[in-house]
Amino acid sequence: MSEQLTSHAGGTQGESPSEQVGYRNKVRARWRTLAFEQRLVISLGGALVAAILLWLVDHALGYAALVITTIYWLRHVPARYKLPAEAAFVVLLAILALTWTTPWSLVLLIAVFAAITWIPGNRKAWAVPVAFLVLAILYPFYADQMFTMPIFGVWPDVGTGVYMLVFVMMAVGLNIVVGYAGLLDLGYVAFYAFGAYTAAWLMSLQFPHAHYSLGAVGLLPGWVGVHISIWIVLVLAGCITALSGIVIGLPTLRLRGDYLAIVTLGFGEILPKVAQNGDSLFGFNLTNGPNGITPLDAPGFGHHLSSWTGGFLPANYLQCCTQTVNVGFLHIHHQIQSYDVYFWTAIVLLIFTVFVSLRLQYSRLGRAWIAIREDETAAAAMGIPLMRTKTWAYASGAFFGGIAGAYYAVFKSATFPGDFYFNISVFILCMVILGGMGNIWGVIVGAAFLAYLNQEGLANTGAWLNTNIHVGGWRPNINVPLYASGIYGVIILIVMLFRPEGLIPSRRRAAELHEGVHDEPLYDHEVAGST
Amino acid sequence: MITGAGLFLAFLFVIWVAYNIVDRPTNFFQVFLIGITTGCVYALVALGYTLVYGILELINFAHGDVFMLGGMLTITYATHFFNLHHGQGIVIVPIVFATLLLSMLTCGAINAAIEFIAYRPLRNAPRLAPLITAIGASFIIEDVGLAWKGPNYISSPDVFPHSTVFSIGGVTYTWNKLLVVLITVPVLLALSYLVQQTRQGKAMRATAQDKDASAMMGINVNRTISFTFLIAGALAGAAGLLYALYVTTVRFDQGFQLGLIAFTAAVLGGIGNLPGAVLGAILIGLIQAFNEGPLWHSPGSDWTEAIVFSILILILVFRPEGILGEQTPEGG
Repeated sequence: MSEQLTSHAGGTQGESPSEQVGYRNKVRARWRTLAFEQRLVISLGGALVAAILLWLVDHALGYAALVITTIYWLRHVPARYKLPAEAAFVVLLAILALTWTTPWSLVLLIAVFAAITWIPGNRKAWAVPVAFLVLAILYPFYADQMFTMPIFGVWPDVGTGVYMLVFVMMAVGLNIVVGYAGLLDLGYVAFYAFGAYTAAWLMSLQFPHAHYSLGAVGLLPGWVGVHISIWIVLVLAGCITALSGIVIGLPTLRLRGDYLAIVTLGFGEILPKVAQNGDSLFGFNLTNGPNGITPLDAPGFGHHLSSWTGGFLPANYLQCCTQTVNVGFLHIHHQIQSYDVYFWTAIVLLIFTVFVSLRLQYSRLGRAWIAIREDETAAAAMGIPLMRTKTWAYASGAFFGGIAGAYYAVFKSATFPGDFYFNISVFILCMVILGGMGNIWGVIVGAAFLAYLNQEGLANTGAWLNTNIHVGGWRPNINVPLYASGIYGVIILIVMLFRPEGLIPSRRRAAELHEGVHDEPLYDHEVAGST
Repeated sequence: MITGAGLFLAFLFVIWVAYNIVDRPTNFFQVFLIGITTGCVYALVALGYTLVYGILELINFAHGDVFMLGGMLTITYATHFFNLHHGQGIVIVPIVFATLLLSMLTCGAINAAIEFIAYRPLRNAPRLAPLITAIGASFIIEDVGLAWKGPNYISSPDVFPHSTVFSIGGVTYTWNKLLVVLITVPVLLALSYLVQQTRQGKAMRATAQDKDASAMMGINVNRTISFTFLIAGALAGAAGLLYALYVTTVRFDQGFQLGLIAFTAAVLGGIGNLPGAVLGAILIGLIQAFNEGPLWHSPGSDWTEAIVFSILILILVFRPEGILGEQTPEGG
């Protein structure tokens, strides 16, 4: 087979076939030969030097480095050192807490992280996500109590939180296509656009000749256009987008990997152009062109549901919330705002996405995706219908992209064609790669971090750089958010070269990426058969 | 049925072109000449994609951005080093030639460096891994251009004369268009000689066919691949010069779009196939010119990208081997 011949093309440069891919494996193999004490001394020493250097730049950075190293090492302590190590850590934490300059929120955060590392392995699978979920749900209450982070500055506000959750949803959806099924989709933004425009069409004044409403809230007297309740629109957006995924997928999914990437990229380029020029498609104003469609209806449950649940479900998100939550000893006095409700709704949507994605992963369909990803020929030989399975991956990924796009459009109360350019596709792809293709928890972490960077983090980091870095009289004056896509490029490059399985890898995917599985799909073999 | 639909679309296109020839010949041939000129620039970029794809089966997304850097380098070299400006007379010929060489060299070196950093470590990885790093490299280079020249259009001195070469029945052919062709053709001939006649070209063809076998024959595979990237980058540099001097404005984000259009041209002609890339590029240049020119029912420049990418998708779906056939290692 040509596969055996070509799979180790670089093997001609004196590498044996068992040689692994990447720079980092060589270092890693050497590291593994060291004894535990040697590793501890080397890494603690390195961390100490790094912490001192960072401390010189910014005190908080140095402390952060120490805390991260300590928590990391607490996980790797052998049994005989475990008790003293943990006792020492608790003492350290207590000292930190009693120093009155240390913010309470920081101590609590460290304590929570340390507590998570102590959860026994068999319960980790559910305990860690639940812990983070509780922290996330309560976030609006304690957001303004959070300490200031080194470099990144203040913690994201709740509006940024909604943005992060929406992008996490999209990344989880793309992870189904790229991570589970191994199909590189460079046009995921097309699904996002589909969802957003579906919501915009069904919840705005875009079609002034129509007069139809179904459960919409906050309509003014004398309204025109189509107004449908957001909950129906979300489902519709998901289904329509999934359908569009199938329509795009059916002719293209038989192409091999890199051609598929190009076709999806093509769709991702065409759709924003159509949106941009769609203000006179044969005289019909479909998308309102570069001005976009705005405003969209406010989400809400309507008065019936609201009064039936005793006001727990708000009637209209924009005119909502008078309740105040007070927790005296933590200094929490928070009046619930519209953003908070958007935030919690996004969490519910994300929980749904994650639940479905997790259930899919090891279902019959999910195992078929993994089989196709690892070896298309073998999967076909085992009786997996390639086209149908791949189309399902596309449709499921598109479904969540559509829901996320629709919800985001409603949150912003607008859609513009400028929101759907290629760099957004790459941005979402970057989230999946950074987090770890195929591992949903990794994708969530990667997506939340990058979305935060995009919305607030880069600007904060830039401000920090421009004020704190100076060599003599020279100060940088860099507009960091301007170089966002270049920064994502660097992240993509570094992750793919040094840790292709991402920050929190899926064990199976990591093995593939390091052993150099050569994914030569069926199309190649048909051609190769002639040689 | 699918083939029938494709033929029907092609038939409609031919009808449209024929109507335009009959209805408004002056506009048509004027637009035709513009299309050929644009096609020449696309051809140089498309050849870079096709060379790299032929040898590594990798879509080098960063290629379009190398082309953009070529345009920026051209403007810097020409105006800062050689003090090129409008209305210098015949002295622009050696200046443009020297700038061409410098731009080709620099872009070649940049492209080879990208290969060394971003693609070589992933030679054994799954095929999608270098594709992803290619996107990363593309974004980085784009931002290098942004950091270097800022977010606005930078303009080059308009040194190509706009005087008329010939004029037949209202159709005028100007020197600046002719100069683009006059620079492109020798570069293409040199490339053809390099690939077909030289020892290094033979090594490139052998490596493209079978890396293991060529290594056994004593070819240094990695060096050959680096050389291919060097050549591809040099072509992008030449294209950058032509674009900068012909269009006279360059911006940091132009490379990616134009690169994708050129890639479409390479796919249209048959990826991995050098004459195919040139043919596809001329076709795409013509299609773009027809679309944007003052013709009967032309959709206009708003739709250029949508049309080109629709062609890309249609070609990939209906005839992935392109017009002249694919010459990848398996196919060739």
